[in-house]
Order: sequence, then C-alpha cells, then structure tokens
Amino acid sequence: MTMEPASGVPLAMFRDATSLDEAGASRAFASQAAIMPVNEKAAREPDLVVRGLRKSFDKTTRVLDGVDFTVPAGQSVALIGANGAGKSTLLRSCLRLIEPDAGDVRLLGRDMRSLKARELRELRAEIGFVFQKHNLVPRLSALTNVLHGALPRSALARPWFQSCAPKSLRDEALACLERVGLGHVAARRADKLSGGQSQRVAIARALMQRPRLMVADEPVASLDPSSGEEVMRLFADLIRREGLTLLFTSHDLSHAIAYADRVIALRRGSIVLDAPSSELNVATLRALYD
Amino acid sequence: MTDLAQPSPAPRGLPPRFERPSLGAFAAYIVVALFFAWSLHGTGVSLGDFFGGFPQMGRLIGEMLPPSTARLDAVGRALLETFQMAFVGTVVGVLISVPIAVLATRHLTPHPVFYHSARALISFFRTVPDLVWALLFVVSVGLGPFAGTLAIVVDKIGFCGRFFAEAMEEADRGPQEALSAIGASKLSLVMCAVIPAALPSFINTSLFSLEKATRSSVILGLVGAGGIGIELKVAMDLFNYDEAATIILAIFALVIVVERVSDLLRRRIL
Ligand SMILES: Nc1ncnc2c1ncn2[C@@H]1O[C@H](COP(=O)(O)OP(=O)(O)OP(=O)(O)O)[C@@H](O)[C@H]1O
Ligand SMILES: [Mg+2]
Repeated sequence: MTMEPASGVPLAMFRDATSLDEAGASRAFASQAAIMPVNEKAAREPDLVVRGLRKSFDKTTRVLDGVDFTVPAGQSVALIGANGAGKSTLLRSCLRLIEPDAGDVRLLGRDMRSLKARELRELRAEIGFVFQKHNLVPRLSALTNVLHGALPRSALARPWFQSCAPKSLRDEALACLERVGLGHVAARRADKLSGGQSQRVAIARALMQRPRLMVADEPVASLDPSSGEEVMRLFADLIRREGLTLLFTSHDLSHAIAYADRVIALRRGSIVLDAPSSELNVATLRALYD
Repeated sequence: MTDLAQPSPAPRGLPPRFERPSLGAFAAYIVVALFFAWSLHGTGVSLGDFFGGFPQMGRLIGEMLPPSTARLDAVGRALLETFQMAFVGTVVGVLISVPIAVLATRHLTPHPVFYHSARALISFFRTVPDLVWALLFVVSVGLGPFAGTLAIVVDKIGFCGRFFAEAMEEADRGPQEALSAIGASKLSLVMCAVIPAALPSFINTSLFSLEKATRSSVILGLVGAGGIGIELKVAMDLFNYDEAATIILAIFALVIVVERVSDLLRRRIL
C-alpha cells in the first residue's frame, strides 16, 4: 500500500527542503502559513519545528527514522499510529525527556539541543504534558498536585505542599481545579480519585503551568468510553478557549478528527500522512493501520 | 527424560536414591566435615561440661529468685536512659540517613561520585558492628550515654541509608517523570514525588530501627557507653544475682513495650 501523503498535504512540500537552518525553517513556515488555518497567533514563529529526528534504543530498529513536521502556534495536531510506531518516543524526544540520536527540535523558538539543564527546565515549564497514566503523586491532595505545576516559577519549596504555599498560588491552583470542574475535591488525596477525576487533575496541573503548548500522550486511553469522551471534550475546549497549541496522540481516530485541526500518522518511525482533519474520515485513517 | 544430549537411553525404573557426587564435591564435603570437627574441638564444646553445668545454672536461678526490689529507682533511671539513647540515636540517625540515601539512589544522585561515596559510607557504617563504634566513641567522647547514642546514630545511618535508598529506587517513576516534564528541580522532585511515595517504607524502617536500637542500647552499656547494660554487668560481677534478675526483667519489659507500640503505630499510620 502507498503510504505517501496525498498531494496538497501541507508538509509534503518541505519534506524535501534540505536546509535545516533557522532561515530555512521559517521560509518553510511562511509558505505553509498560507495553507494552514490562520488565527491571530499564526504570525509568530511556529511553536514546534522538528527536523530529521532519529532515535533508536538498540542497534537493530529505528524507533524514529527521520521525522519532520512543524506545528504553528494555536494549532491542534493529533498524532496517530499503531502500537510501537514511536508516538510516545516522539513526544518525549521533543521535550528531551529522552535524548534523540540526531535531528533538530525547535520548541517555542528555542533550539532544544543547545539548552543547558536550567534553560531546559525553564522551557519545560511553559509546556504542559499530560500522560496516559495521570502520574499524580498518590499520597498528596489534589490541590497539592495542581500546585506542582507552579514548581519551576516559584520560590523553592513554596509549592511543595499546599500547606506552605502562598495564598495567591493556592487560589490559582483552586481556580485551575475549578476549570476542570473539580473544585470540590481539592482536599482529597489523589489516590482516592476516580480515573477520570485523576486525569482532570492532571490537566489542571498542566494548566497551572500557564503553558503556551500542551502535549498529551493518549490522555484518555485509560478511561472508559464515556468519561474518555467527556475529558477529551473538556481538554479540547480549554485548549481552544486559551488559544493554546496542542499536540496529542490517540488511538481513537474519531477523537483525532474531532479535536485536532490536523492529523499526522506515524508508521515505524516515519510520517506517512499529514493532512488537515477536515479532509479526513475515520475510514481513511483506519486503512493506515493495515 | 528431556536430556537430548544423553548418548545412551536412561535406564528405566526408579532413579537411584542418591546421586553419586563428583570427585570435587566429595572432596569439598570431606573438607567441610573436617573443619567442623576441628571447630568443635576449638570451641571446647563438651556434653559433659554442658550437663555438668546444670546444677550451677539451677543455683544461679535459685539465687535470682525472688528478684530484688532494693535498687528499683536506679534500675528505672538506667532503663529510661537506655530508651532515651535508642530514641535520640534513631531520630538523629534517620534524619541524617535521608539526604545520604538520596545521594545513594542512582537516578537521584547529582553525580556518580556522590553515589559511590554515599554507598561506600553506608556499607562501612553497616559492616562495622555497633559495639565497635561504641568502643571508639567511648575513647573519643568519654564514658556515658553520649558515646552510646553516637554509636546508634552511626549504626542507623548504615541501616536506614541502605533501605531508604532502596525504597526511593523502587518508587513509582510516573509522577517523577511528570514533575521533570514540568521543569521541576531535582530537589523538588525528591521532596514532592519521591519522598511521599517512599514514606510508608521510611516509617516502617524507622520503627524497626527503633526496636533494634532499643535492644542494642542494652548491650552498649557493657562497654561503658551508657544505659542499663552497665548496671547488669556490675550486678553480675558482684554476684548480686537477684538484682541482675530485676534488670533482665526490666530490659525484657522495655523491649516488649517498644515492639508493641511500634506495631501499633505501624498499623495506625500505614
Ligand atoms: N525506554 C525504552 N527502551 C527501549 N525501547 C523502547 C523504550 N521506549 C520505547 N521503546 C521501543 O520503541 C518503540 C516505540 O515505542 P513508543 O512507546 O514510542 O510507541 P507508541 O507509538 O507510543 O506505542 P503505543 O501506541 O503502544 O503507546 C517500541 O518498539 C518500544 O518497545
Ligand atoms: Mg505510547
């Protein structure tokens, strides 16, 4: 089967752009901006530019085999692909939670490879990351978990526990919980929350970061279909209302189409489709898995 | 029979009762048996002496009964001091153990040099027995409970440092990864994700340490490092067996109470 993107798919045009320098990237972006859905933020540099990203964990298989794509500010992008296609590895490599072997990542205008540990932390602070497993600290309260979103931008130790946080931070954390509809469980321990509630607290923690970009790795895969739908809708609404950029992975093709402006499909570490979601339906995406 | 490499088919029927040992193994058995016999001789083990000691043991028990109540207040004070040594030693030891254990946790340590130094320190503190530490501290800070308390602190660092590091190594990595992705510093990571996850294990280890420290603080007195041990030694040396009996019973009661209370706390907290 052919795995090349259909003609007219935006990124096809600069997959063969060899210049990976900054000027090249922004030229490529300029030509893309005309096609992409335009919003008021589209004028700034793209939030994420990935060029020639490669990663292998062992000698035999390339988990990421030269991945190129660009996410302009304000766009929602869904990343799909079979188990083991490399989606999580791609997201983690973008944040340098794992070190890629080769390639360039520009995130919010910063070259990820050149960052020192401290600068890397400062950059990560601006990016909300929601995991498949909520990854809350189980023995701490929901409010404390949300406060942790403010760790990088506050004085050391203040947001460690809600009991020692300043009022302004506690208020902000409660407001974040209220935005995900969970103001009433602020004091409850994280391990006493349901799966859907936990994932919403994790979203609140990401909002607490005051992020510009949200990254989510299968944010609702561990939830039942109805709470999954509910959490995904809430998440996408928040993203849209705040005008944030979103990059998320999903195995739910209808979510990918409904909640993203654009869908990127990954297969054995390479991009095999990159198209606006308005041009796609579940059946075409489903065919990519065969 | 699944051994396909066997050249001839195995004989049918029951296997032999005993495998015939290889020549090397046979020689090893002989050496161990000879060493055991030699050690019996070296330790002066003798059934005659053992049974011959019975009347003496009977006389001793006779003299112990009834336990003396003459120096109850002194025994009580020494007992309190024993527990205070154990308590202070454990608390201080646990507090010092936490940062050392963080350095000795592979994924939290700031640098491999810290990792290896912390590991080396912990094993050194653990492998030297606490009685030896007590002797060293008696020489350096003088006779009395302070020397014993220091010995317990060092012993606790060796014990808790190791188990705390293990607990932190096993703590769920998910929340830690989430906080790294947020951009939290390593110190925040330890305080917010690692210690909360490892806390039940920390508490369990600390309570167990307190029980252990109570028992060892009794012994430390024998080398003059404070506590009730010295009372016991003096009573035995002066043939005041009835007083020794009181002290032994007091120690027994203290250890039981500490174990019971720590059991209770464990169940309440965890
Ligand atoms: N830390 C790691 N060490 C070794 N191999 C890894 C590691 N992480 C991922 N892999 C391998 O990389 C490949 C891609 O994994 P990845 O998790 O990125 O896939 P995915 O697309 O997210 O799959 P899924 O849909 O199951 O989440 C898999 O074959 C996996 O075994
Ligand atoms: Mg994955």
